[in-house]
Amino acid sequence: MTMLPASTEKKLGLVIDLDICVGCHACAVACKSWNSTGTAAPLSDITPYGAEATGTWLNRIHSFEVDDGEGGFTLHFPRSCLHCDDAPCVPVCPTGASYKREKDGIVLVDEDLCIGCGLCAWSCPYGARELDDGTGTMKKCTLCVDRIENDDLEEIDRVPACVKTCPTSARHFGDLGDPNSEVSLLVAARDGVALMPESGAKPVNRYLPPRSRHPERPSAPARARTEDTSGATGFLAWLDQALSD
Amino acid sequence: MHPAVSIVLFTSLSGAGYGALIWLGLLHGFGLLRLPPVLVGVFAVIAMVLVAMGLVSSTFHLRHPERAWRALSQWRSSWLSREGVMALITYIPAVLFAGALISFDEPPVYVQILGYVTAACAVVTIICTAMIYRSLWTIPQWHNAWTAPCFLAIGLAGGALIVCAFVAVSTGGSDVAPAAGIVALVALVGAALLKMGAWRASASATPQSTIASAIGMPQRAKSARLLESPNSAQNYLQKEMAFKIARKHALKLRRLVLLLGFVAPVLLLTIGILLGSWFGTFLILLSAGSGLAGTLVERWLFFAEATHKVSLYYGTEAV
Repeated sequence: MTMLPASTEKKLGLVIDLDICVGCHACAVACKSWNSTGTAAPLSDITPYGAEATGTWLNRIHSFEVDDGEGGFTLHFPRSCLHCDDAPCVPVCPTGASYKREKDGIVLVDEDLCIGCGLCAWSCPYGARELDDGTGTMKKCTLCVDRIENDDLEEIDRVPACVKTCPTSARHFGDLGDPNSEVSLLVAARDGVALMPESGAKPVNRYLPPRSRHPERPSAPARARTEDTSGATGFLAWLDQALSD
Repeated sequence: MHPAVSIVLFTSLSGAGYGALIWLGLLHGFGLLRLPPVLVGVFAVIAMVLVAMGLVSSTFHLRHPERAWRALSQWRSSWLSREGVMALITYIPAVLFAGALISFDEPPVYVQILGYVTAACAVVTIICTAMIYRSLWTIPQWHNAWTAPCFLAIGLAGGALIVCAFVAVSTGGSDVAPAAGIVALVALVGAALLKMGAWRASASATPQSTIASAIGMPQRAKSARLLESPNSAQNYLQKEMAFKIARKHALKLRRLVLLLGFVAPVLLLTIGILLGSWFGTFLILLSAGSGLAGTLVERWLFFAEATHKVSLYYGTEAV
């Protein structure tokens, strides 16, 4: 069970547009809210109202200052499971609790089998997995399987909670294995990137880099005359010549 | 990485226990122990107890120890599972080896073979333990060719010290089998050299990942720094994988490892063997205690010094 499938029929994942993400944490809150009651529930909080409030989140928003040599910019960076093709967290699982679905590539944890050893979290370079202090089992993004496969929801709502809630539409959900899907076209158009490709994990999720904040100022277009006056003769030709100088 | 006491004890105790089983199997097989077979059997049982203490300790690291048996199922892909399976398998020849030595006045020849099989299984088990850590790309200090040899060498050195202590106690220090003493000294020196090599290698290794590559802009970002963490208090990832206390004292602790784990045991063992008598036995026991203490510090550092790639997202510049 902890062997990775040789290939998956689909590669469901997220495309996150870092150009328009404003770092509002709404996706993280929506994720916590949905998944505190769904299949991944509970996502425990420890002393939620105390000074050292901590707890399990499947999506966390970091902010970075990036020096790009052109004045720099602030980058808001949502971080969640990338549902890697070669997910290192799956084969290390000693019990078979971690698995990757053959039909759509979603990486999940069967919490009834999880012994809470934490090795999968150690194997993930992206910090996608958190050991829940309340349940003693490993938690991770499920791509909201209980939304995307939920017939009780309107079709328009069958997307992950983070995607549904994003106020700037910076988050997109779809099949990244299909080169003609909307998300794949978006990735192609915006040169979407994988995180830390040196990990060899082949992440499925893509991030769209921010557009340059300092595009080259387009030079004022020369106001070329559009009318063809080559046919003018006599006085009109003289007038055209005189006015052109 | 957070140095959990359960794992530090597990890898140190079981490593030393397996090391002792290896040397008991080999030295007895080659007839170099010069001890009554019953005693060798009893010592093998003590080594197995040490291993068991380590294995039990490892289950304290699990949040659901009642499900620990499930960890035996995924040996095809998981080094942790393989370690569990090998630990159990090793008990089969080890119990037969010790049982035969204890039950027969003149143990049959196959006991020697059982000893060799026990030794081979114990070697494989130590390597499986090391591979749990060595296989993690996320932790460069572990993900290199030094990890498995260091685990094996330190287990062998600790085990040899324990065997020397067994021999010294049972012969009252009058006859520490020279083979056991030589084996221990060689193993100690070898382990110290390997450990120093590992430290040197990790100091000169170039980090492969930076904040820039972690956020997907390895070229565009000349540099990047964490402006705002997602959370105010420390979360699981930070407590578990961004442990930083040891790095401040790493050099002092490394010196302590060399002193307690290798230098002191070599001196105490040599003097103990040369002196003989009850005082020699005492020094040899002390050398085993010192060696084990050194191993515990070494293993604590092994975890505490390790840097995880996820710390990039929490502000570490390069891993």
